[in-house]
Amino acid sequence: MATIVHAAETLTAGRLPRATVPVSLVGSVLLGYALAILFTGGANIGLAVALAYLLFLLVMEIATRVVEGPRQASDRRATNLVVGAFVLALLPLGSLVWEVLSKGIPRFDVPFFSQSMRNVVGAGGGAIHAVWGTVYVTGMATLISVPIGLLTAIYLAEYGVRNRLSKAITFFVDVMTGVPSIVAGLFAYALMGLLLGPGSRSGFAGSIALSVLMIPVVVRSSEELLKLVPNELREAAYALGVPKWLTIVKVVLPTAVSGLVSGVILAIARVIGETAPLLIAAGFTASMNNNLFENPMMTLPVFVYDSYAHPGTDVQAYWDRAWAGALTLILIVMILNLAGRLIARRFAPKTR
Amino acid sequence: MTTGVGGAGGPGAAPPRTLWEATRKQNEPMTEKLTRPPTADPDAGPPAQADPRRPGEAIFRGLATGAGITILVILALVASFLLVQGSPALFADPAKLASQGYGEFASWVLPYAFGTVWAALLALLLAVPVAIGIALFISHYAPRRLAQPLGYVIDLLAAVPSVVFGLWGSLVLAPAVRPLYEALNAHLGFIPLFAGQVSGTGRTILTAAIVLATMILPIITSLCREVFLQAPRLHEEAALALGATRWEMIKMAVLPFARPGIIAAIMLGLGRALGETMAVTMVLSGSRNITFELLTSQNPNTIAATIAQNFPEAFGLKTNQLIAAGLVLFVITLAVNSIARWIVARRAEYSGAN
Repeated sequence: MATIVHAAETLTAGRLPRATVPVSLVGSVLLGYALAILFTGGANIGLAVALAYLLFLLVMEIATRVVEGPRQASDRRATNLVVGAFVLALLPLGSLVWEVLSKGIPRFDVPFFSQSMRNVVGAGGGAIHAVWGTVYVTGMATLISVPIGLLTAIYLAEYGVRNRLSKAITFFVDVMTGVPSIVAGLFAYALMGLLLGPGSRSGFAGSIALSVLMIPVVVRSSEELLKLVPNELREAAYALGVPKWLTIVKVVLPTAVSGLVSGVILAIARVIGETAPLLIAAGFTASMNNNLFENPMMTLPVFVYDSYAHPGTDVQAYWDRAWAGALTLILIVMILNLAGRLIARRFAPKTR
Repeated sequence: MTTGVGGAGGPGAAPPRTLWEATRKQNEPMTEKLTRPPTADPDAGPPAQADPRRPGEAIFRGLATGAGITILVILALVASFLLVQGSPALFADPAKLASQGYGEFASWVLPYAFGTVWAALLALLLAVPVAIGIALFISHYAPRRLAQPLGYVIDLLAAVPSVVFGLWGSLVLAPAVRPLYEALNAHLGFIPLFAGQVSGTGRTILTAAIVLATMILPIITSLCREVFLQAPRLHEEAALALGATRWEMIKMAVLPFARPGIIAAIMLGLGRALGETMAVTMVLSGSRNITFELLTSQNPNTIAATIAQNFPEAFGLKTNQLIAAGLVLFVITLAVNSIARWIVARRAEYSGAN
């Protein structure tokens, strides 16, 4: 009752002053820092931040509950928790980007992109064999996946709408999306074992493993885009007597082309960082290999893993190369992602 | 190449949307009409009868159908190859397995299966509250102008390859969380989860779960964000107009509507966490035991990590045994994904949208 009387007297009664949030934030940070020093005897940043956040939650809860009431208090608690969750997610991202940059740049040099690891023990050497391996393996995977994926999407969107085969395909594409990447690697290994003799590892086996992971991505994104093409365009073409397949090739696909290309690029970005299937199917090597069908082929993700997991006596040199490889990999994925988004935006057909 | 009008464009739909697609279709006939441009209609085509003078139609149709069937064949091949290559280990004499393989199959794979599920559940426990919080932040709390860039920032996490996460987890995160583990063990050691001798390297199953959680965070977030944004605007405004606070509005209008979508997102995250290999391989120093203790150096390894660690050196029956383990993993993830579908289909009718 009291608050209602107050509300009648002044407009700001029953509301916390605007300065409450910044003031209590600063206060909690200082107090949390002091408490962290008190508890551990040293300045532990993590503990200080955690304590400060808890203190802030507590102070805001009490203040709001007393002044504004329980409903406002729970509203403010939710706000603080939601913002806290977002900040929490930024911590690993920030740390990861910082560590990869600071530890990767020292070896991100010319020899890294001009030498292989052939006859290299300890410092020096590079990842040119892995870079080319990634280009070959991913390129081949794209060559396999795009025709199959795109044609399947055309079937789903244009020919088999809601018939039993297309329902089955949609279901199994979903299943395929959930295939663990290492299982795809095992499949490619077993298939190649049958074709080329048991125990063989090759870049092509890696491409097959990546294709298993890439095809469902391409199908999903392409189907979505083909369904976005307005039916009026198809009907206009039919009215002119154009057969259905030419309508698809000359009208539907060109309309959706920017989205299709960007979908393919994003799919490449998704599989280019895959490690486990390549570790199994393509194996690892220290030398350049330009033949997709024979002998193991090194790829960038496997290079990073191999440098980390099997360092020689000079551990630091191997780990430095691993970080440089990680930096290269992240840059490639970022560039592909950006390119995909830009193409989708720049070359999207004008809607009016 | 741009032929006039058309509503195409935008980045391609990523596969994590698949389950949500399923939700949306059962879920909201009313928004379907509003948000979706007209889609291809089966009845709208011209007479599809192949003209003998123009074989193009038949060829093209055959190609498209063939590609679709290829996918079914590939999946059948995946399953059958795993079965064929794994069966020598599944049906081998235990004595032979003990001498040439890793030991009797069921008792060998069980700890790894436990480790797989346990690590994935821990990761989920850590990731889900944060992911829902982030999704709400982007959809309902952040200023309009900031929302999209912030979404991209979270998507950046999804773009980081798993091997980089593994490197970061084992060389940066593991040393950093060791003091926290020691404090947990010292003060909360009476809880069985935190009991035992703290690992000296920090490379425990909890660290692996944190890395896994970071990796599945963007997947769950992006799906939840999409569902939250699809919540009926009118319901939200009605709640606000009746005097609800923002949180009450979210509780009443957004979350009930989004529930099946959230569950689908969680299950997808679970499926991803179950199959994730490299991060666990690199972060966890795992062995073959079943324990719920999070902080010790005796950690259960996961199936995927075991395969990745042992496969390059394996030969003969050992290879078969690892492939059979892969089959077990395949079955587990398949079951999780199917349950996700089933939940989505079942929960749709109770959704707040109706």
